[in-house]
Amino acid sequence: MLSTIGRTTAGDGELVRHTAFTRAVHWLVAIFFVLALLSGFAIYSPWLYGPLTALFGGGPATRFLHPWFSLGFVVFFALQTLNWIEPMRWRPDDRRWVRHLKEYVTNSAALEPEYVGFFNAGQKLYFWTIAGSAIAFLISGIPLWFPRTFGRTVVVVGYVLHDVAALAMLVGFIAHIYEATAAQPGTFRAMVRGTVEKRWAWTHHPAWYREATGRDPRADYERARQQSNVRA
Amino acid sequence: MPSGTLQIKAVSGRAGGVPGPAAPRADEVCKYIDVTTCIGCKACEVACVEWNGTPFEPTTFDNTYQTMPATKWNFWNLIKFNEHERADGTLMWLMRKDQCLHCEDPGCLRACPADGAIVQYTNGIVDFQQENCIGCSYCVSGCPFDVPKLNPTTQKVFKCTLCSDRVGQGLEPACVKACPTGCLKFGTKPDMLSLANARSVQLREQSGFADAGVYDPASIGGTHVIYVLHDATRPELYGGLPSNPQIPRAYAIWKRVAKPIGLAMALLAAPLAFFHYVMEGPKEPQPPGH
Repeated sequence: MLSTIGRTTAGDGELVRHTAFTRAVHWLVAIFFVLALLSGFAIYSPWLYGPLTALFGGGPATRFLHPWFSLGFVVFFALQTLNWIEPMRWRPDDRRWVRHLKEYVTNSAALEPEYVGFFNAGQKLYFWTIAGSAIAFLISGIPLWFPRTFGRTVVVVGYVLHDVAALAMLVGFIAHIYEATAAQPGTFRAMVRGTVEKRWAWTHHPAWYREATGRDPRADYERARQQSNVRA
Repeated sequence: MPSGTLQIKAVSGRAGGVPGPAAPRADEVCKYIDVTTCIGCKACEVACVEWNGTPFEPTTFDNTYQTMPATKWNFWNLIKFNEHERADGTLMWLMRKDQCLHCEDPGCLRACPADGAIVQYTNGIVDFQQENCIGCSYCVSGCPFDVPKLNPTTQKVFKCTLCSDRVGQGLEPACVKACPTGCLKFGTKPDMLSLANARSVQLREQSGFADAGVYDPASIGGTHVIYVLHDATRPELYGGLPSNPQIPRAYAIWKRVAKPIGLAMALLAAPLAFFHYVMEGPKEPQPPGH
């Protein structure tokens, strides 16, 4: 099966977080997303038109390519949704996470609450925002692609809906990149090599750590802390 | 040759005004169309096709005196025909020359995202520059008159240019030149307006058309093609001329105001993330320092 292709090797003190299939799908989504975003924002604003259309070989080429990039994004995102539908399901604990969002943003606790599983509620919210925007994009984008078929009113309404979805995606995208790189060291490799350190897992996703290893995340954290104190 | 000196000042044997009189070209131009004296001869259609080098099209026979159902990307000027039954049971044949109205506030130009694909000259002519057109057709949805038409092969949009090439040389548009009845005239906007108002008064007072008036819709800042109608209260009778043409709010408000604000707000996420990193720092896996 597709989900078994590729290789992911976890070394000492590491866990497999994303299979090769998951990573490939994610990056296909990402590539088409960025292409659609750049070609779309070229048409979005006169300030961006000149520099961004130049990337794609001029205005007509940008106009031609944008719907195809977007279609690629929608297709692969649909695949990603199938792949992640279970870990992305909203659970009662996720409401608790949203209530403690302030502590999360201000880094007040070193460790995430013990109930945080494979994805935290923030990741789920981002995922479902993109999913909702993608549907809004598709519904509004098809009339913009074939304006003669749908008529003036549909095109004009679709134009605004398309823009709102684009802005929601842009905000989410910036936050996503920040969270996955600079904000949380050790995260980016999960999507490239597929593995994370165990201490990354018990720090950010304790419930998933318990599930993956059968061990107590807090106890393992305490042990590691004492060991590093001894070394120091 | 200074273009001011060799312009026609008077013409022998012609009813009404002089086409393209020696008006200063810095003035806003206007095409005057008196539908009450149009005989539906289609000379203007032929002149348009000839001057612009577009192909002659076979007539679509649909039991009207109309050449085809609507204008096309390569057929910019169409006499719309409507057999109208009046309140007293008599019939009227309404002929209206349909083409770009060259709005003072053009919806096509507002909607267009491509740099330089649509320009408006100081004389009021709204012109498409096909080399800059990206074929997105937003102009089509921005136009209250359904004027711009896409060439599906080249993915470029075309429409009447008000013969900007001729007007730039001090000539009148080809359709005006060809019109045999004088129902088409060309000059400055104030001149054409006063002509149209005078004609409306004449229609109201002498011809029994109590609702006769000028079509120069204020909702789009006026147009550089104006009509004299027998019944200015019902322009829809004349091949669907809208009585209150509007630019879609998506292009009038959303694009000018909401879009830049939205983009700035969305991009604010980037400095926010940067300053979060600077002020709160990263979340390291615990315990730190492996």
